[in-house]
Amino acid sequence: MGSLLVQEKDIIIPGEILAEGMDYLPGENTYRENDKIHARVLGLVTLSGRVVKVTPLSGPYVPMIGDKIIAKVVDITMSGWRLNTNTAYLALLNVKDATTRFVRKQEDLSQIIAIGEYVIVMIINVTSQRLIDASMREPGLQKIVGGRIIEINSQKVPRIIGKKGSMISLIKTHTGCEITVGQNGLIWIKGTPEGEHKAELAIKIIEERSHLSGLTEAMEKYLGETHDL
Amino acid sequence: MTYKKRLDGRAFNELRSMEAKVGVVPNACGSASFRMGKTWAIAAVYGPKEMIPRFLADPTTGVLRCHYNMMPFSGSGERIRPGSNRRSQEIALVMTKALEPVVDLSEFPNSVVDVYVELPQTDAGTRCAAISAASMALADAGIPMKDMVSSVAVGQVDGMVVADLNYNEEAYEEGAVSDIPVAMTHNTKAITLLQMDGEISKEDLLKALELAREVTEQIYELQKKALKEKFPK
Repeated sequence: MGSLLVQEKDIIIPGEILAEGMDYLPGENTYRENDKIHARVLGLVTLSGRVVKVTPLSGPYVPMIGDKIIAKVVDITMSGWRLNTNTAYLALLNVKDATTRFVRKQEDLSQIIAIGEYVIVMIINVTSQRLIDASMREPGLQKIVGGRIIEINSQKVPRIIGKKGSMISLIKTHTGCEITVGQNGLIWIKGTPEGEHKAELAIKIIEERSHLSGLTEAMEKYLGETHDL
Repeated sequence: MTYKKRLDGRAFNELRSMEAKVGVVPNACGSASFRMGKTWAIAAVYGPKEMIPRFLADPTTGVLRCHYNMMPFSGSGERIRPGSNRRSQEIALVMTKALEPVVDLSEFPNSVVDVYVELPQTDAGTRCAAISAASMALADAGIPMKDMVSSVAVGQVDGMVVADLNYNEEAYEEGAVSDIPVAMTHNTKAITLLQMDGEISKEDLLKALELAREVTEQIYELQKKALKEKFPK
């Protein structure tokens, strides 16, 4: 007979036993040893049917194809740019994926995007050795001009965005800022200095309380109260 | 056999008062502080990040790299000369070996996870406090781990098998003393660190290891509590 030893939304630590017996299946961030299911990371228990998984509360970003990320240009090569993705790995942005216009052979690539600038890119390929190819040929992918960039833990990104973008649009309407959230945990905020500051504070609060439920309501209250900041 | 009562009045299996806290270094990816009596360790984890120097990178998996440092004022006698030395290098190595079996960095080839442990105050058992703190800090950093590692020193003081020796016991002069730092995983009770200083009989050694198995459980409970307390309901 199998039994579940934890409840949904419980905080569990690595190695903790989540379930015994064969009635449950190990999902993400868990592993089975003999007849027990153990957690692999610090996080919250999530149940979906018979599958037990763990939603991490912290941890590194793992690059995935299709992710929109914010990256910093750190080097320029013969055929493109090298980007710091806020992970252990650099991404390559090829000239042909960066711009639609014709770039001559001898052209100085730093005139298009200089070292130190930030770009919003999409990951189009990741190898087993974590070599990353990035592209800017999608709507909304561009070089970042103005505003500020803040960093949060990448595991908290889904909470910042909220269900169907509810949280992010809440912050946008209350602060009047344009906000772009990269899956790697970098966030670009652009608006008035006051608005940017307020949005930054709000995001930091969400990051801190991401393990609690009812966050959108709490933030609605918070943003409403300090409206004339 | 004259050592009947411990110098600080503890029971033979009693640990010093412990305190653990997670998230003490805000800029680190994960951090923890672990205090055991007068021994105090602060661990901070950074990474996974690009491995520098490049020749140390492993293309099949990420690498765990520990650093151990006693602060200049941390001892009870003379000032400790800052910088790396034979002892700190050895302890950094055994810490890495003690934590490696539970840490899974296969998702992060060519990268490194750095664990820095600083000791503001010491009174024996520093490598054990360092490992217990590092294990919590790694969990806090969200590094995939199969299990937690808890560490404690056991040993024998003039015929009495004891847990968690302090400096006065390690330096006991009226009889033979042995100090055996042990690190254990929680679920499998696998020993990931076992060193010894001094002398002990075979029977006492087995008794000491059984004692270690018993008392690391207390450390595990404290680590678990500290990690969960970071996220108040």
